[in-house]
Amino acid sequence: MSKIGRFGEFGGQYVPETVMTAVHELEAAYDKYKDDAQFKEELKALYRDYANRPSMLYYAEKMTKDLGGAKVYIKREDLNHTGAHKINNVLGQLLLAKKMGKKRIIAETGAGQHGVATATVCALMGLECEVYMGSTDMKRQSLNVYRMNLLGAKVTGVDSGTATLKDAINEAFRDWCSNIDTTFYCIGSVMGPHPYPTMVRDFQKIISEEIREQLMEKEGRLPDAVIACVGGGSNAMGAFYDFIGEKDVRLIGAEAAGRGVDTNEHAATVAKGDMGIFHGMKSLFLQNEYGQIDEVYSISAGLDYPGIGPEHAYLHSTGRAEYLSITDEEAVQAFEYLSKTEGVIPAIESAHAVAAAMKIIPTMGKDKIVVINLSGRGDKDVYSIASYRGVKLNEE
Amino acid sequence: MKNRIDICFEQLKAQGKKALVTFVTAGDPDLTLTEELVPEMFAHGSDIVEIGVPFSDPIAEGGTIQRASLRSLKNNTNLDQIFDMVSRIRDVTDKPILLMMYVNTLFRYGTERFFKKCRATQIDGVIIPDLPFEERDEVKEQADAEGIYTVYLAAPTSGERVRMIAEESKGFLYVVSSLGVTGTRKEISTDFDKLLAPLKECGHVPACIGFGISNGAQAKKMASYCDGCIIGSAIVNLVEQYDQDCIPYVSEFIQNVRTALDS
Repeated sequence: MSKIGRFGEFGGQYVPETVMTAVHELEAAYDKYKDDAQFKEELKALYRDYANRPSMLYYAEKMTKDLGGAKVYIKREDLNHTGAHKINNVLGQLLLAKKMGKKRIIAETGAGQHGVATATVCALMGLECEVYMGSTDMKRQSLNVYRMNLLGAKVTGVDSGTATLKDAINEAFRDWCSNIDTTFYCIGSVMGPHPYPTMVRDFQKIISEEIREQLMEKEGRLPDAVIACVGGGSNAMGAFYDFIGEKDVRLIGAEAAGRGVDTNEHAATVAKGDMGIFHGMKSLFLQNEYGQIDEVYSISAGLDYPGIGPEHAYLHSTGRAEYLSITDEEAVQAFEYLSKTEGVIPAIESAHAVAAAMKIIPTMGKDKIVVINLSGRGDKDVYSIASYRGVKLNEE
Repeated sequence: MKNRIDICFEQLKAQGKKALVTFVTAGDPDLTLTEELVPEMFAHGSDIVEIGVPFSDPIAEGGTIQRASLRSLKNNTNLDQIFDMVSRIRDVTDKPILLMMYVNTLFRYGTERFFKKCRATQIDGVIIPDLPFEERDEVKEQADAEGIYTVYLAAPTSGERVRMIAEESKGFLYVVSSLGVTGTRKEISTDFDKLLAPLKECGHVPACIGFGISNGAQAKKMASYCDGCIIGSAIVNLVEQYDQDCIPYVSEFIQNVRTALDS
């Protein structure tokens, strides 16, 4: 990192002055608590007793035999409480919010997993919760909307722009500008102004720390590759981070190619994006020649974002991590494949990582080991996959 | 050459008057209208005009200016067209013109190319709501090289930061009236004497208050704390309401605010 809050030239704090004081307040609080023994102990207890950590590292024997290449391990973040890796970050941020004396929490959500995790932890910690969600996403993830309501959160629909994740983030920023004194903005990915990309990564890095420990125990060595899906990129940063210094571990991100990177309907930021400054950070964004942010598309609401976290942009620029684009069709096939082969229904987001793994694993020798980070479970996606396959389900 | 913004504030000071800064989104409803509207704004009492460059995701804006951006972008308004428009406006007015824009629009255009173009089209300054003091190096060198002023924003939450922001801000300091995004407000309850106190202690640039000012009485009250006021959403509301016929309504509104300010 070249200076505080930067990953090479990426990162920074490009936010309106109204929130600068809050960003600095958060930065100071995070600096104070991140190495605080009691804070770390409390978070560890929450991870263990509430979130069900450590998540299992599971040897996918049938998949390994079927693909005929590297040995496949699956990191089961889908088995966490609330069904995804998102809870790791939310527990960390809201514990910090409590320490800072904040009473009201806002969050944005795409697929709804971060919103559900935030609503869950707010219920646990007795905090007021408002979640911004694009109205398009509310329709395709109605189950998660109701889930958040059950948990006592207010879900506010956002109709502006494409009515998806980026618009929900815009609206959450606007709320934050208006309620800065009382409100803590719990960002769901490794994005936004410093300290968010670093802080969220730190709350997610437990994934790679556990993978290292679990694989050492099972195989006595490190993996040859770690594969994770990338929208903003928090599960991938979590799965990569502890291995960045291990040059022999390939780090592979799978981003959403939607209907194909050569169409206008994708969210493949690394493949097709350019450097820009948006949502508080300098990073890669899908945008036109005048810097207008593109409308993006993916079957997966959680990968439907026109940017990528700045640390990923940096890992890409240095060549340390590789990024592949996976189409809707490939992701849906992987969704079905993992369900039938291993009895694990992955989130459609995580299915992008499975699809990337299915391409890479057969090219690797049988003596190699690959870890797929299964960031979430797929219950929420069953309706949309059925609809993709033209199957009409009785919703009543 | 002296920056027009400095000349403007010197003249106002000499006359004992407050500055009226007005805003309009370029290309709302189309660029032909904006080109006619800006000179009329000056003719009816604006001292400085901010031309808003539409952006797909304006996070500091309330509904009014968000919708204006959207209307403008539907016509594919772009920065090159806006530069061309400003050079034509320059043929009929010598008053200060600023661009108000999000940092990505400028960054993507190429920072050096952008400021060279500002100089060529005689734009006097830029206001970039998502470029805080800490990230000033993003534009400073290139803006200074071309003599283009960067106006920084101070907010009710800025506290002691006001001093360093004011020292960096050129032309004037944009004081955000209250928490939140742009848009008209019934009441503004910020303690400006306290907020602006750090300014009084140092030799400072003029300060103008904006965000939420919707009528002459409010404008007069806000300007009483500093050197002028900025009005945006109240004007954009009239553009939205009267569309192609908005010019006389905007002109009358500005004239009324001018009268109130000078009374």
